[in-house]
Amino acid sequence: MRANEKRDLKSGLGFAALWIVGLSVFTLYPVLASLFYSFSDFSVLEPPVWIGTGNYERLMHDVVFWKSLKNTLIYTALSLPLGMIVSISLALLLNTGVRGMALFRTFFYLPSLVPLVASSMLWLWIFNGNHGILNVALRPIVAVFGAEPPTWLSDPNWSKPALALMSAWGVGNSMVIYLAGLQDVPQELYESAELDGAGFWRRVWHVTLPMISPVIYFNLIMGIIGSLQVFTQVFVMTGGADGAPARSTLFYALYLFSTAFYDLRMGYASAMAWLLFLLIVGLTLLATKLSKSRVHYR
Amino acid sequence: MAWLGLCLALLGCEPRSNKVHVTYWEKWTGAEGEAMQKVVDKFNRSQDRIVVEYLSVSRLDQKALVATAGGDPPDLAGLWVFTIYSFADRNAVMPLDDFIKADGSTPEKWLSRYAPVYADMCSYRGQIWAVPTTPTMYALHWNKAMFRAAGMDPERPPKTVAELDDFAARLSKIDPKTGEILQLGFLPQEPGWMAWAYPQWFGGQLWDGQKITLDSPKNLDAYRWVESYSKKYGLDKIRGFTSGFGNFASPQNAFFGGKIAMVLQGVWMNNYIRQFAPGLEYGVSPLPVAAPGFERFGAADADVLMIPRGAKHPKEAWEFIKYLSSHNQAAQRKEELAGVELLCYLQEKNSPLREWSPFFTDHHPHPSIKLFRELAASDQAVHLPKLGIWQEYAREQMSVFENVRLLQQSPAEALRFGQERVSESFRFHAESLERRRARKQGSIREGAEP
Repeated sequence: MRANEKRDLKSGLGFAALWIVGLSVFTLYPVLASLFYSFSDFSVLEPPVWIGTGNYERLMHDVVFWKSLKNTLIYTALSLPLGMIVSISLALLLNTGVRGMALFRTFFYLPSLVPLVASSMLWLWIFNGNHGILNVALRPIVAVFGAEPPTWLSDPNWSKPALALMSAWGVGNSMVIYLAGLQDVPQELYESAELDGAGFWRRVWHVTLPMISPVIYFNLIMGIIGSLQVFTQVFVMTGGADGAPARSTLFYALYLFSTAFYDLRMGYASAMAWLLFLLIVGLTLLATKLSKSRVHYR
Repeated sequence: MAWLGLCLALLGCEPRSNKVHVTYWEKWTGAEGEAMQKVVDKFNRSQDRIVVEYLSVSRLDQKALVATAGGDPPDLAGLWVFTIYSFADRNAVMPLDDFIKADGSTPEKWLSRYAPVYADMCSYRGQIWAVPTTPTMYALHWNKAMFRAAGMDPERPPKTVAELDDFAARLSKIDPKTGEILQLGFLPQEPGWMAWAYPQWFGGQLWDGQKITLDSPKNLDAYRWVESYSKKYGLDKIRGFTSGFGNFASPQNAFFGGKIAMVLQGVWMNNYIRQFAPGLEYGVSPLPVAAPGFERFGAADADVLMIPRGAKHPKEAWEFIKYLSSHNQAAQRKEELAGVELLCYLQEKNSPLREWSPFFTDHHPHPSIKLFRELAASDQAVHLPKLGIWQEYAREQMSVFENVRLLQQSPAEALRFGQERVSESFRFHAESLERRRARKQGSIREGAEP
């Protein structure tokens, strides 16, 4: 390294110093400490005691842990495709260039600006089995088949679909990313497809989707991470600790939280957090591998 | 100097004196918080050495926990009964025995001033860890107008659970055309705040002093009873009916709105009825008898005050605790009430003490307060089991309750599962405590940290 390079490095590090201190004190240290705690018996109130892999072994036999994982995966399987379909469709619609487009874009983006706790309270009312707007709308439709609409959050069979449905409300962010991707698709590709006689759906399937595949891939990964970590809605909407009704909404992060802060088993909760981290890394790698041949970078 | 004095006078703050400032974190807000603030003010005026600073803190259990772990807890924390045991197990709260002895009293004498059920919940592993601030007992509350409308004697509440079920059936109304429930006499889950005590109510046990006994046969009776309501009135119909209920503290509360005729509720109910359903004609009676031999059964709970380990001014905090465990027997007016009686009068609850001043007894804002006193005095009154893992146990028990009431599992199946979960958890907890004990002894032997 030459002298001026060295000097540049120094001043660069100097400018980044504040951020580096913040990162190491408030992020890196807690992350590493939690790795240590995950191998110890730690109640927060007393110093940790090393117990090796005890927490991890116990987790393997914890049926409620497996239930929370299963709940989370089911929720992810429901909300992730739903969210992607809704946001891509919205982005396509909002990219057609009708009058008042800017206004529509703003409207569809607005819900993602509402704080999650506030929108959870709102959806509690929408899902109300008796007076909720959703069931008021559904009742005449399902009455044709002689059925009653579900009571959503009070029914263990419908609580997860309800939360997945609610997640589609917050697609604004990914929609905006899709929109940016859509505007990057070269016009000439559409023109030549049109000349070849491709209709709307063929153009979407053969031109648009391949061209925005990196964006889809990015949103897929973010979606996996987001839905595996889902917490706030459940914490607010199903009464806090135990994923009512009948643990049907006991998600991974919720179980982790109650273990840590109600049961004072911080070591056990740390082990759960690290397993979740590994799970997310694993699923991300899997998604990368599976989508490799389908993601096209220009 | 004169200028400085004038400025301070104008600002309304006295120069910081040698008074000791005691920080006190409490969960209450609103009217309950104001009541405690008045008690604190009265204590602060009663002497000139200590100033208690009252602070309402949300999610207090977690904040007190983190502050204690960080070595900077408040001097006083107003927590819940179950925190006594989890904090004591983790060495995060100070036992009060030494303070009591330093005042020339004994722990036994100290406890004997409280109604037995409240005294018992504060002692654990042979020491006293907390004092009750405001207590409660659960009682049957019934809507007299609904009794009358059903052609029943409004002054005659059910005496047994069999009668409760029978009355409930007579008080229920179902739309003959749609089959929809319009009104119910009773529901075990409405609001279900006493659900933790259902097993004991039916003569069972959650903990026998040695091991977890969630699956004991009597407990099964309780959950079969819970199940019977879902089966009798229909799960879907109940769900449709209850989803129309509003929040507890609102006029849409099922009991206030005349949708449910009988509920098991605490001493606070009168206060809420006056606020949200003024004029509601209701009665209060002891819980119906659920099992023979448990005729005097009662379920108790309380808010408690503790000194977290690491508090800066434990001695001064103790002075406030002492004030809060006293009362003025000679009080003639509201203004002369003191200590815990003043607090319980303002919050409209029963006093946890055995002795009540005549004024408190006769002029209490709750018309049925004497009933709560009798319930607390009963030798069959219970409170939640003294277990460091109670929060976990409670969640597991709630899961049993939910699974049974939603007909997801049979009561026996649900209890077997819960028993296994909690027993295992208890075993791990005991192991963890043992590990720490061994470590502590080890380090003492090596002459390391005391």
